[in-house]
Amino acid sequence: MITFILNNKTITTPENSGMTLLDFVRYQQRLTGTKIGCREGDCGACTVLVGTLENDRINYQSITSCISPLGNAHGKHIVTVEGTNLKDKLTTAQEAMKANYATQCGFCTPGFVVALTGFALSNSEYNYNNALDAISGNICRCTGYKAIEKAAHQVVEKLEHQKQNSINWLVENDFIPAYFESIPKRLKDIEIADLNQPKGKYVSGGTDLYVQQADHLADNDVHLIAEKDYLKGIKIENGICTIGTNATVSDLWNHTELNTFFPNLKKHLKLVSSEQIRNMASLGGNLVNASPIGDMTIFFLALNSDITIINEKHKERTIALKNFFQDYKTYDLKDGELLKAISFKLPTVHSFFNFEKVCKRTHLDIASVNSALSINVENGTITEANVSIGGVAAIPKYLHDTSAFLVGKTLNSETILEANEILQNEISPISDVRGTSDYKRLLGRQLFFAHFTALFPKQFTLNDFVQHA
Amino acid sequence: MKNLDSYTHVRGESLYVDDVNIRQGTFHAVVFDSPKAHGKIKHINYSKAEALEGVERIFTYKDIPGQNEIGGIIADEPLFAEEDVHFWGMPIALIVAKTEFIARKARGLIDIEIEDLPVITTAKEAKAKGSFINAPRSFSLGDSEKAFTNCDYIFEGETFSNGQEHLYIEAQGAYAEPMENGNIKITSSTQGPTAVQKTVARVLGVAMHKIEVDVTRLGGGFGGKEDQATPWAVMAALATYHLNQSVKLILNRHDDLRMTGKRHPYESSYKIGLSKDLKILAYEAEFLQNSGAAADLSPAIAERTLFHATNSYFVPNVTTKVLSCKTNLPPNTAFRGFGGPQGMFVIESAIAKAANEIGVHPRAIQEANLLDENDTFSYGQIAKKVEAKNSWNSAKSIYDLDALEQEVKDFNSNNSSFKKGIALMPICFGISFTNTPMNHARALVHIYLDGSVGISTAAVEMGQGVNTKMMQIAADVFSIPIEKIKIETTNTTRVANTSPSAASSTADLNGKATLMACNALVERLKLVASEDLNTSEKDITFKDEVVYINDKKTDLTWTELISKAMLKRVALTENAHYATPEIHFDKTKEKGHPFAYHVYGTAITTVTVDCTRGTYEFDSVKIVHDYGKSMSEGIDLGQVEGALAQGIGWMTMEEIAYNDEGRLLSNALSTYKIPDIFSVPKDVEVIPVETQGHELAILKSKAVGEPPLMYGIGAYFAIQNAIKAFNPNYDLKFHAPMTPEKVLMSLYESQKK
Repeated sequence: MITFILNNKTITTPENSGMTLLDFVRYQQRLTGTKIGCREGDCGACTVLVGTLENDRINYQSITSCISPLGNAHGKHIVTVEGTNLKDKLTTAQEAMKANYATQCGFCTPGFVVALTGFALSNSEYNYNNALDAISGNICRCTGYKAIEKAAHQVVEKLEHQKQNSINWLVENDFIPAYFESIPKRLKDIEIADLNQPKGKYVSGGTDLYVQQADHLADNDVHLIAEKDYLKGIKIENGICTIGTNATVSDLWNHTELNTFFPNLKKHLKLVSSEQIRNMASLGGNLVNASPIGDMTIFFLALNSDITIINEKHKERTIALKNFFQDYKTYDLKDGELLKAISFKLPTVHSFFNFEKVCKRTHLDIASVNSALSINVENGTITEANVSIGGVAAIPKYLHDTSAFLVGKTLNSETILEANEILQNEISPISDVRGTSDYKRLLGRQLFFAHFTALFPKQFTLNDFVQHA
Repeated sequence: MKNLDSYTHVRGESLYVDDVNIRQGTFHAVVFDSPKAHGKIKHINYSKAEALEGVERIFTYKDIPGQNEIGGIIADEPLFAEEDVHFWGMPIALIVAKTEFIARKARGLIDIEIEDLPVITTAKEAKAKGSFINAPRSFSLGDSEKAFTNCDYIFEGETFSNGQEHLYIEAQGAYAEPMENGNIKITSSTQGPTAVQKTVARVLGVAMHKIEVDVTRLGGGFGGKEDQATPWAVMAALATYHLNQSVKLILNRHDDLRMTGKRHPYESSYKIGLSKDLKILAYEAEFLQNSGAAADLSPAIAERTLFHATNSYFVPNVTTKVLSCKTNLPPNTAFRGFGGPQGMFVIESAIAKAANEIGVHPRAIQEANLLDENDTFSYGQIAKKVEAKNSWNSAKSIYDLDALEQEVKDFNSNNSSFKKGIALMPICFGISFTNTPMNHARALVHIYLDGSVGISTAAVEMGQGVNTKMMQIAADVFSIPIEKIKIETTNTTRVANTSPSAASSTADLNGKATLMACNALVERLKLVASEDLNTSEKDITFKDEVVYINDKKTDLTWTELISKAMLKRVALTENAHYATPEIHFDKTKEKGHPFAYHVYGTAITTVTVDCTRGTYEFDSVKIVHDYGKSMSEGIDLGQVEGALAQGIGWMTMEEIAYNDEGRLLSNALSTYKIPDIFSVPKDVEVIPVETQGHELAILKSKAVGEPPLMYGIGAYFAIQNAIKAFNPNYDLKFHAPMTPEKVLMSLYESQKK
């Protein structure tokens, strides 16, 4: 039985754990404030909050309920817009939306309200940019967002200078109803037995599986692994970072040490989906999805990562990620095997890392081409280089030849121009809805150049690589 | 006044079709549609689907008791395909089951065999093959052919503007319930309740009075639910008719994207002639409208392209022609601007081309040709109360255009990997349904015993704030607080024979009717008050729920007055009818006075292009807009900002793609991108132009829904100017949208790799 607290009510349901959380709250609980816009995590109209008990506090995150399996709610506090409502008055987030004309047709509105409420409940610093990130997965077709930006400003103004995440303060200031104060104890008191998991498709975050095959998953047994502890955690030891495959993109985003090692980490990860999706999407899922343009896959390829694979008997094997992918959507994973961890060498003072991605829409879109580079430069000489690129081959591509070519060379524009010639030979883009092959080829070149102008702005500008302007 | 609907919106308590509490035993339906764009149906086998546990019945054209016809303007569109299919996504059958999930599963069990017929996906191809919806239309003024002989400059070219998906976040849907005596009630997410009612009656072969259509609100419409909300309501009603049970049909997003039409793609050609002093002396354009597989509203949309072909410019010699080309795409339909934007994009392209060739700033040509008072439009209407120059000059001075242009210039000379571009976009948009007989509305106003008020009109609330505007009118006339007023659902039994909420005219038409009804009630109540207070009714006024005599407060309150009126058996209900005066249009001559008035404005758009990556960000859009005298500034500003974002989306990232077989490739939100919060202009400023407003606008507050969309066209030309700053070899192309792909290819065209 799946047990959780939905708003202010404890729910126990025998429903299939593969059913979407959205269908459960809308059609079984008749909480119709949670809207259906796209059913693929791309509009945010179905945004709900998931509260997870951590020690004595609840950590709230926003997710799109349309691509989240009901079973992942087990043991959590799920909050829909109705669960944020106060009696006879509006919450601070609701009032901000109303006062600034930030609602027109109203259909996307509950999603925005929930996401803004989630921002108030979150651990992130209360500033305007973080507030925008919180609603980055919410699409509105009516307002043009300017009014919503004003609403976000108003919410931030109310929150600024406040101690983070004090439920009591948020209740007193009309951000959330009073029952939130009782949730930690109530969650603790619920007997959360491990879900009796059937054999079936492994599902972690489900962000891509539910886009592709929601009906199939709802109807068949799924084996949820998002809560499996042995797949969790980010560990840093002896210059090696090991990340459990259940880690979400947000886990990386929030990791203090990783942000020190990769000063642009948040900037890069901001290009990877919206906050709602980052809160769910597991790194392991991104790898086994094997999309030729999987952002995190491209990221880890350039870090020359290894992956650890575990089978049903808990036997482990480790291979290089660049050897994992074999052909379109095929990879080195046998029945019953799971990705357990990703590990890579952390950057040193001599190493530099960059991630680039271009798509029709900069945020919350799938890349036309994405690329990452990690490079070691000592005294002007490249001592190590790993280049990856997506969207230009059947697999997320580690550029063996280009990477090898760079090693031992002097870091100058001639080297980079020559390397591009090799890169162009290594890729074989096809024309599709994300762009023509000519475009992807040109974009591949440009993003390769962009790595160097971004990492070494004093040494390179665009002019060093193209012959005009 | 704040948008009054926002209270329930922010609490998640507003009711859309899919939120309606359904009756016990309700069935759910899913549409089975054509997997080919053009062909003959050889064979369909429903047996496996019908055998699936939970499937109630599958309906096809054979189950239609009336006509298998839903075409509004031209009867050329069946509800369900019979022998042939004409577009990928064309409905063939309706699967009705216990749950939507089962119905969808059953859909996967249907076997169909279709013999392929040739597929046409572009307007040009249709023209070459003589495939048209109707006869072409043509407007002319002066003699363009002769005028070209007097021109110092003549340029010709071609343009393309792609379609646009409406992407209302609430997908199409309807809920049908059986009532007594075979009557059916339908809750529909439609902009046109009467269109739904009429079409259901036609398909079921019953009288219109047996069909009741009710609309609470839409989760966005933008024109996409003017005509194309109808088929789903009809299908649900058909199933209800046969099963005598409630049936709900809500399209999922993929079905909605695949089965419904969009903004029309246009392939156009132009010829523009100018004098040395940059006056446009002659303009010719041929517009090829990709209408899709059936007429839908295409003929009316084509007509509006001609109405707006010269935007806000006066051109003395004009010949324009539009051909509605029949292709194998879903029937394209109304979308905010209704053909106007497509027409305007062409003349703006012609001006950009001319400016580039002559070597002047496009702004110089735009400015030299702006409309003046008493200029004639190509359709014969004389321009009155023109704000073209007023808004243009205001924008230039308020926003200091010289300084803005200097900033762009300085930036470009100091930056090699980023370039800025700036463009001005004036607009002129006519307000009224161009089909004159549609310009009418009614309002039914009840004052209840306790003094509270209920108002029914034909206006459908879809985010444009029309409920709030209606409420403002009544609150103002009665001088009672808005808490005492309720705007009722839009329902065909209370207000009949209505025009859709469209053409930006909803607030004007329904507002005027509401104003008339409220005024009539006030006159009646003044009489009651004057009798009661022994004074002349001329001296009576109402203020804050109290009766005043010559501005002196009396003891008689609004509520007491209503009671007295009841006792005197005075009618407290009024039904008013408004029809826009002055307008007319003669289609045989293609001349007349089709618009009550025009809306003007000017936008200045500045963009920064990343010349490494081909991406772009809009720094600002600065607008001077002609609101008339806005009755609700917050709501109207929201309309401008929202329309602008849609217009920019159409011109930049929103790219509809069909393959040669007519299959939609941009078939999900993952492949069709609309603006998100990070992609809209960083700074949007909108300042009202100083004006007296127009008396045919409701309370002189001009229509605001569609006109600002066309400010978005400036985005295309701003990007183009930035590209030119980077790549002098760039050969101007007019092929919207300007995606990052096109930008990057343009930045590096004619360059050595």
